Amino acid sequence: MGESKDTSNLKRLEKRLKAARQRRDDRGPGQDGRSSSGASTSGMAVGLRIAVEILAGLAVGVGIGLLLDHWLGTQPWMLILFFILGAGASMVNVMRTARELERRAEEERKRGSNTGPEQ
Amino acid sequence: MAEPANGEDAVAGMDLDPLHQFEIIPLVPLQVGGVDISFTNSALWMVIASLVVTLLLTIGMSGRALVPTRVQSVAELLYEVTANMIRENVGSDGRKYFPFIFTLFMFLLFGNVLGLIPGSFTYTSHLVVTFALAAVIFVAVTVIGFIKHGFGYLRLFFPHGAPLWTAVILVPIELVSYLSRPVSLSVRLFANMLVGHTLLKVMGGFVVMLGIAGVLPLALLVGITALELLVAILQAYVFTILSCIYLADALHLH
Repeated sequence: MGESKDTSNLKRLEKRLKAARQRRDDRGPGQDGRSSSGASTSGMAVGLRIAVEILAGLAVGVGIGLLLDHWLGTQPWMLILFFILGAGASMVNVMRTARELERRAEEERKRGSNTGPEQ
Repeated sequence: MAEPANGEDAVAGMDLDPLHQFEIIPLVPLQVGGVDISFTNSALWMVIASLVVTLLLTIGMSGRALVPTRVQSVAELLYEVTANMIRENVGSDGRKYFPFIFTLFMFLLFGNVLGLIPGSFTYTSHLVVTFALAAVIFVAVTVIGFIKHGFGYLRLFFPHGAPLWTAVILVPIELVSYLSRPVSLSVRLFANMLVGHTLLKVMGGFVVMLGIAGVLPLALLVGITALELLVAILQAYVFTILSCIYLADALHLH
């Protein structure tokens, strides 16, 4: 009597487990709570990374411009020229960073759907 | 460190200084030829970080058990993360740079994480430290590039397949972009550490000042501390992975 009740309980548990697994698989990778919280924090990291990239390009451009002006005595032309070049460089940097992040996300997605988490 | 010893002191004197924690204090004053090379709290924590890493790795691996103990599996995990990073980003010929990359990663990781201990000093929150590291990487990568490719390394500054006349604009832009690498690399790590630690101290100050209502910022502080741990690990990882990418550029000339 007790044993049959146990097995029926086990069977019900198994059914519920299967349903839960099914639901999780349907939602696909990157949808469960853990990875979505990871995505939101790494979103901040990505934003900061791109902001720093823009800043660094401009800072280096302005720095070179000021130095060249100082040496050549061509105020303010080198500063203007290298400010524009620095802006261009920071755009190039941002494009590269974005492309690299995209590639990485793509790889992650592929890995997630094929083999699941590595041991 | 910035937190005063008792609450009254803070409310009365308002001597909460969130930036106090970044102050460099000479522990053993030392002057050589007019140059100040004192052993500071920053240097002390670098030594501590190196010791902790060395102890973790040597003691952890001393058993060489097939089924690793906890410490051994931590050591193996750190090793494997770095090895994977180099294999994926640099390729098989990046293996001989493993010792340097691994040392770099460990130094930054333990600098960031040990800095979260109350009262400790975070040496990665100083631009001098991060920029010195970035400058070493920048110079090394440039030298490796010129050794591997000779003057062909200069092709890095001109995108493949672009019309020749665009060189007038593209080469200076690429040059500035290349020179901005060490700046962005060092500023990113330094800014993350500085901002995070200042935020922690400011929130800590609220807890002290608000008295019983300070439970609210205290709860927030718990969350922020967890986030800071994540940032500490992530930023060490990002710094290392970008070094790997720069190295790959120098070795393979995309």
